[in-house]
Amino acid sequence: MTIVLEVRDLQKTFGAVVAAKDINVTVNEHEIIGIIGANGAGKTTFVNMVTGYLKPTSGQIEFAGRSIMGLPPRDITTLGISRSFQIPQVFLSESVFDNLLMAYAITEATGLGLLSPLLNDARAARVDSHLERYQIAQYRNALASTLPQGVRKLLDIAMAAVSKPTILMLDEPTSGISVEEKFGLMDIIMEALRQDQTTVLFIEHDMEIVERYVSRVLAFYQGEIICDAPTAEALVDPGVREFVIGEEYHRTRTGSENAGENAGENAGENGGGEDA
Amino acid sequence: MRYIDKTVVGLTIAFLVLFIADFFMAEWVRFIGLQSLARGAVALGLLVLWRTGLVSFGHALYFGFGAYAAAMLTLIGYHDAFLLVFAGTLAAGVLAYLLGFLLRRYRAIFFALLNMAFSMILYGVIVKTEELGSTDGFSVLTPTFLGYAPQGEAVQTTLFIFTLVFTYIITVGVHLYMKTTLGGMSMAVRENEIRVEYLGYSAEKVIHVKYVFSGLVAGFGGAIMALAIGQVDPDSMANWTVSGEFVFITILSGIGNVGATYIGALVFELIRTYAFEYAPQFWQFILGGSLLAIIMFLPDGIWSLFSRLRRSEKAPSP
Repeated sequence: MTIVLEVRDLQKTFGAVVAAKDINVTVNEHEIIGIIGANGAGKTTFVNMVTGYLKPTSGQIEFAGRSIMGLPPRDITTLGISRSFQIPQVFLSESVFDNLLMAYAITEATGLGLLSPLLNDARAARVDSHLERYQIAQYRNALASTLPQGVRKLLDIAMAAVSKPTILMLDEPTSGISVEEKFGLMDIIMEALRQDQTTVLFIEHDMEIVERYVSRVLAFYQGEIICDAPTAEALVDPGVREFVIGEEYHRTRTGSENAGENAGENAGENGGGEDA
Repeated sequence: MRYIDKTVVGLTIAFLVLFIADFFMAEWVRFIGLQSLARGAVALGLLVLWRTGLVSFGHALYFGFGAYAAAMLTLIGYHDAFLLVFAGTLAAGVLAYLLGFLLRRYRAIFFALLNMAFSMILYGVIVKTEELGSTDGFSVLTPTFLGYAPQGEAVQTTLFIFTLVFTYIITVGVHLYMKTTLGGMSMAVRENEIRVEYLGYSAEKVIHVKYVFSGLVAGFGGAIMALAIGQVDPDSMANWTVSGEFVFITILSGIGNVGATYIGALVFELIRTYAFEYAPQFWQFILGGSLLAIIMFLPDGIWSLFSRLRRSEKAPSP
């Protein structure tokens, strides 16, 4: 297996607040990794640091063998790490088609190519097939601002996936989506990304989603990774069960004798959102 | 091209009509036309910025810089219109390029007012420089055109055609540019800079390019204005009220079409000319009133009149 992302001793402090410390992660090609943890545990901070939005206080991030520390998001994107957002970042006053057209144009055009026409038949065809793959073709001409939340999330992820990144980081792809829609949405996303052979890291609060789509789990607690293990192992890890899952929310209640003790401090952590 | 671009056709027709009309126009009409083309070109630069989500209250900086650069060349003995206008345009463009490194980091009101601050610095420098005539400015000698030295009315006739040709090229160029990836990125930057960054391009770079362009055309407009009036002075070239006029014209025109800026500039000149003639005490009142009327009844500018007409033509009859 090839290592695509290696994070060593990553640390981030905001004044006296430690948002991340001693983060060590190695990501192999084609892995599907779930990032779990309560609100404020450092999940989004981790994604923000890897994608260049936040500058780590110390540590090292290597992507495909080269350091990407201190690079701005645009350079990291160009190298092959892309991301979606908890709150979809799209061009709200434009149609779904125009959103993706712009994503393709920016991804494909460099140098003088920027002065070639934005719209051409070949690019339009690529946009349309992308719309098909993410099953949002029926919204092709709808304005992004009028889309249902689930479709807007799909659009956001579809835009992030345009560049066929090596690694795609999804920040809570199913937050704000109704329970009935979640699996359908994830099926579409994971199938499209599987075709592109993309390595996926996604932040998720719903353990059913984690169990179903993820092969490995990174559990965050107070800025640290408290568990890095295959899914089945991680979900029964005592630390994870105590600090992340909160026993009473989980279906398989193995070893839940001490559930009552932790219910209080963990209640409400599963459904909430976290600022991007 | 598989289809015919209506805007290019429209601009070409307007160009040809004005070209021929130049030989029959009354002198004062031609003068208003020249000023409209010059100011319209500046407003075209503002339109490009506006589409990127930015408003500048200081483009008199580049207008004045272009005008003074051209005018100063006449002081040292250069009179060729091509050289003067090229120098004025280039000088303003270089200035915009340099200031762009700072300004591209600001948005909204900070961008607007920082531009104004820079324009007032230029104004201050001109007013304090006695060699440049201070508040009185100085007169610009009659230009020659590649060795052709027209006399009398022929000066303005030639200058009009000269201006017309260049504004035509610039305007068609901008229109085509807006259909390119870089042109279209105006929308992307206006709508969501974070997404642009995460698609792998620098929003600030996009803004810088647009800013340099707006500086170039403002310098062009200024150089033309200097030649058209035959005089440069700080109050009508570099003061903040001049910047306000450009924003006025842009609001008046709307950002729907590149051709609209010239119509807006013409309407502006006409309102001002007639208001000044018939109500010399109240002309600013009339100008302000018409801006208010535009904002209230045509919030998308004069151009929205055309699109409204087109829509009602297409609407099925009951």
